[in-house]
Order: sequence, then C-alpha cells, then structure tokens
Amino acid sequence: MTPVFRFSDPKRGRALADAIHLLAPAEPYKIVHVCGTHEMAITRNGLRRFLPETVDVLEGPGCPVCVTPSADIDAAIELARAGAIVCSFGDMIRVPGSRQSLDQARSEGLDIRTILSASDAADLARTVKEQVVFFAVGFETTAPMTAAILLDDPPENLTVLASHKLVPPAMSALLDLPENRIGAYLAPGHVSTVIGLAPYEAALGDRPIPVVVGGFEPLDILYAVALILRQHRDRRAEVENGYPRGVAADGNPVARKLTEAVFETSDASWRGIGMIPRSGLCLKPEFSTFDALSRFGLERPKEAGDIPGCRCPDILTARAVPSECPLFAVRCTPLSPVGPCMVGAEGACSIWFRYQGERAI
Amino acid sequence: MIDQEVKIGPLHGAGGEMMGQLLDRLILPRFAGGRAHRIGLAELDDGATVSVPPGAGEVVLTTDSHVVKPIFFPGGDIGLLAAAGTLNDLAVMGAQPIALTLAAIIEEGFLFSDLERILDSFAATLDRVGATVVCGDTKVMPSGELDGIVLNTTGIGTAQHAVSDADLRPGDRVLTTGTIGDHGMALMAAREEFHLTTTLESDVAAVWPMLAPALAAGGIHAMKDPTRGGLAAALNEMARKSNTCIAIAEKDIPIKEAVYGLSELLGISPLEVANEGKALLVVAPDRAEEILEILRNHPLGVDAADIGEVGTEYPGRVVIETEVGGRRFLDMPLGDPVPRIC
Repeated sequence: MTPVFRFSDPKRGRALADAIHLLAPAEPYKIVHVCGTHEMAITRNGLRRFLPETVDVLEGPGCPVCVTPSADIDAAIELARAGAIVCSFGDMIRVPGSRQSLDQARSEGLDIRTILSASDAADLARTVKEQVVFFAVGFETTAPMTAAILLDDPPENLTVLASHKLVPPAMSALLDLPENRIGAYLAPGHVSTVIGLAPYEAALGDRPIPVVVGGFEPLDILYAVALILRQHRDRRAEVENGYPRGVAADGNPVARKLTEAVFETSDASWRGIGMIPRSGLCLKPEFSTFDALSRFGLERPKEAGDIPGCRCPDILTARAVPSECPLFAVRCTPLSPVGPCMVGAEGACSIWFRYQGERAI
Repeated sequence: MIDQEVKIGPLHGAGGEMMGQLLDRLILPRFAGGRAHRIGLAELDDGATVSVPPGAGEVVLTTDSHVVKPIFFPGGDIGLLAAAGTLNDLAVMGAQPIALTLAAIIEEGFLFSDLERILDSFAATLDRVGATVVCGDTKVMPSGELDGIVLNTTGIGTAQHAVSDADLRPGDRVLTTGTIGDHGMALMAAREEFHLTTTLESDVAAVWPMLAPALAAGGIHAMKDPTRGGLAAALNEMARKSNTCIAIAEKDIPIKEAVYGLSELLGISPLEVANEGKALLVVAPDRAEEILEILRNHPLGVDAADIGEVGTEYPGRVVIETEVGGRRFLDMPLGDPVPRIC
C-alpha cells in the first residue's frame, strides 16, 4: 500500500514497540482511551501485538452513540410520532431505545432520515413545511456544527434535540467508580483539537494518573502509549500532548466560541454510567425556541433500566472487555445487536466483533 | 435519429407496436450480429439457440441483476457494469464468453437518450470480448415503482475445465490483477451528499482478454472477482470454502492514492468495497512470477501484484499483516459500508 500521508512505518513502529517494552511496568497497568477511532485504529492495525503482557489498552465511553441514553432515543421517536421529520446520523439509527430503535420506528412509517452533517438538517428544513428535528449527538467535536446551524439564520421549522456530551467530566467520573483500576488515560485527538489541554487539567489535574493526548495513526498511538509509560516510570501524572501536529494547547477557539454562544453545560445522563455532573450541553435560554421537546410540548422520557445480561455498562466504563460479556458474539452481533456497544460503529463490541480486538494473532 | 427528449412510456414494454419501435430503433441495430447459432436476436423468436463446438469442454452459465446509483458514474454506467459483471463471472470461471441475454426493466419516463447510452456501452463491452446478445426482454414499470433502470443478464460460455473459487492449496500464491477499491470508492465519491470532487474512476471492465493468456499458461488453481464486499469478502469466501488460511500483507496490496485518501476521509476500508474490473488468482507458487508477467502485459493488468499466500494456520480465515507490522483477521464485511460520524 502506498503510504500517502501515513504514519505506519514498520521500522519506526518496531522502535516504539521496543521503547514500550523497556518502559513497561512489572505489574498490570490499564490504559483507558475514550474514543472509538482509537479503538478502530488499534484493532484495525493489530497494535495490541506490540504491547507487553502487563499493559492493557481498553476503550471506555468513547462512542457517542453508545453513551446516548435510551431516553433520548425514545424522545426522538416521540417527536417523529408528533409529526416531525427527525434527522439523525446513520450510526444512531439502529441503537435500541427503551422499546425500539429509530430504524424500527421508521419501518412503522415515521419520517426519520439519515444525514451526514448538521447542515443537512437545516437545508432540509428550508425545503419542507413540516417541523424538522436534528437529533444532535456527539462530543465536543460535533457540538460546534450544531451551534453553527443555529447561528446561521436557522429556518423557523428547525429544532434540535440536544444530546451532546463532554469528554473530560466523564473521564473524571470513571475514576470514582469502584474497581476502575485505571492507570492512565489516552486522551482523544479529535476532541482535543477543539478543546485543547486545559479542560483535562480542570477535570483531571488533581488525579494521580497520566493523561496523554494521542493521534490516530499507528505510530501516533504507540508514541502516546510510550509517553504514558514514561510518565508512569517517572512517577509523573501530567496532561501531555502526544499529538502536537494535530492539537494546539489552546485547541480551536473559533469552534469553542460557536459552542459557547449556543450551549451551556448541564448535568447529563450517560448510558451505562448514569448522571455525570456538568457533562452535557443544553441550549442557552436565548435559543430555547429551538428546543425540540419544548416546541412540541413534550417531556424528556424516563431512562430505561439496563438490558438483562448485557455488560455494556461495564464495557463503557472500561471495567470489562467485550469478550467477557456472555452475550458477545453469541446473542449479540452487529446484525442483531442487543446492547448499544454492538450497534455504534465506534462501539467496542462492534469493533471487536469485526476485527477481533483482543486476540493478538 | 431518436429525439433526445423522448421518454419511455408504459406501451414500450407492452409487446405491441410501441415496443416493436423500441426494439427496431434501439436494440436490434446495436446487436446486429446477435446470434450464436441458427436462431438469434434478429429472429425475435421465443428463444435463441446456442451451439457449442465439439471439444469446447464444459458449458458455464451465470446470471446477475444490476442496479447502481448513480446510473451514470465516473468511469462507466449501468450498461458497462451489467456487461462486465456477467462476462467477468464467466471469465473467473475460466470460461470464454459466447452469448448473453439482456433483460431491461425500465421506469416510465426514462430518457430514450439515456437508454441509448446504456445500450451503447453494453454493446461495446460485448464487442471487446467477442460475445453477443442473443435474446432479451423489456418491461416498463410505472413511474416511482423503480429507480430508473434494472438490467438482468445471463451469460453462457465454455471452458476446457472450469476454474472454481475453492481449489486453494497450501503454498499457493494469491494475486490481484490490479488496484483494489476503485469502483466502490469512485461511486461513494460520486454520491452527491458527500460534496466531494475527485478524478477517481470506476475500474469497471471485462477482464477476459487479460485472463485468457494467463489461463493458457496453466497453474491457476482458483479465481474470483472481488465485487460486492470487495477483497475482504472474496478472500474470506475462498478461505472458507477451501478450509485454508489466506495470509496477505497490507503493504503489497496495490491501492490508488485517491482511493486511500477517500477511505480515510469516509472511514470505509478500501478492502471492503466493490471492484468491477479485477480478478483474484490463486496460483501454484512456481507459476506466480510468470502469470504476473502475463497479466502485467495487458493494459488492465499493469498493477497486478502478489499479495499473499495460502496456508493452514487459521483454517477458513484470512489474516492480514498490517502496514505498521501488526496482525489481525480480515473478516467478511457485514453489509454495505456506512461512513462514520466522526
């Protein structure tokens, strides 16, 4: 394969693997990442083969559609039932709500459409008379796009069902869970291009673990793992930028300004984790006319209980790997998913099913 | 000369005078030599006859229905795709194509001029391999009940000894006749919702003229065309059927830069999208170099490459050594690839 702009050089890969082995601790050490793209890169490139026995790299709550509470999916279906055209990213369509997925609701005749970007929803609203609801899912990376459509002379029939989530507060919340055994965080490159390093300092600065921002090419990830292990060896616990070619310390102030103009932080419910303080975004009062639920006079539905037998809550908090779930690859497969981690393309179970994440072959 | 604005109406598929006009004006002139024996297309009989010369070996039959969106795409159209698709199914069975059927189901309102373009490319593709259309059918569906046009083709050919896709033997080399992922990525890029501009074109082509001399050289144990599901699906099918383990190296797979770039942008693996002008060959190890040379001598095969070998380590599975030096299973794709959100 022609390496176009690709950081996959096998010689450098081996050199980093050697460094990782030299730095590896003797006792088991768990590194958690919170990004489906990291998991995809790790499994697709077979990077676990480079890791020493004692070092584990696991996915936490890194898939935005997986952590979207079932109540929000129920709300989207309610809105469609009330007559709105609901626009959603494709990943979200098959994720189960408490009773059904958007896909199943669509097959009952509700108008639920797949779009590729927030602006598609605004463009659609400009061409139809019906109410159009954009189901706004995603982390700090997608929130600026939602904000942008509401700042750019939005059509009157457009509203937003806001379900955006913030990553650093969730990283902090995970550390308070029993049995978390998290040794370090490999922080997500995409999110960091927007937020920079300061939010990690704010959320995790007083925690005794290394936090290293990593990119998504094989060498980026191996490099970030090496930086984590070096901090661990030196007994440091700092926020470090292992992806300087993509991430500025200050992030992307323009994108943040968009988000801040439209949203304010709020407590938010994460599927599998529960309520995390100040980990979500809700519309500011001056944008409340664009709130889908209030326009339709609907209440946010109650969150459903856990799915029996499904270990997504443990997987989303990096306390289990997909193969430890009794349903994994038996009753729960991408073609007939039981839990959210098998549905979202970025979900750990879905990625492991496709690429055999665990087994170093 | 047909008026460019003329559209297909319900009567064009009704078997009467209008349909006769359609056949006389559009179909028959394009497939003038449309016969493989005594009764051919021109007879407009209820069937056609096909003769197989004595000693021609086995008769190979294949059928395929073709839908594609957009109908005209960079590098081809549904006519070329339908012809190449059926011809290539014959070709990777090791069969010299003789004759095809062509059935068209057309949406009312479809432009005559578009149908002409489609038939032109269908006819040109058949000409290139010396095959012809011997019978066909036309139906018209009411507007809205079909997305433009659907083509169904059945092909018939002969092979001295048909090549299966299952006769893989440990030690065999796995060859591709060219770059991987071109068709799938070109179509993805052509979908308007992505707002992408690229010079990438589909690889759609009939591969028989390239494969015929390679077959004559001998040593080919199995062949397959990596269409839907791409390289990943084709290799998995071959590994499963033969209960062997196929091990390939990512660095050896020829991939165009534009395909690679698009795959990164959309989060879709080039190994999981369709190719429409390529074949995978599994060959005896001592013949691999010679067969590669023969393939590379044909314009369609200049990028032919040896991408891996057949082994026994994980029977029924495909293992890929990644560029950076990792290793993983390359599994059967689940379904149509969907771009990820972030």
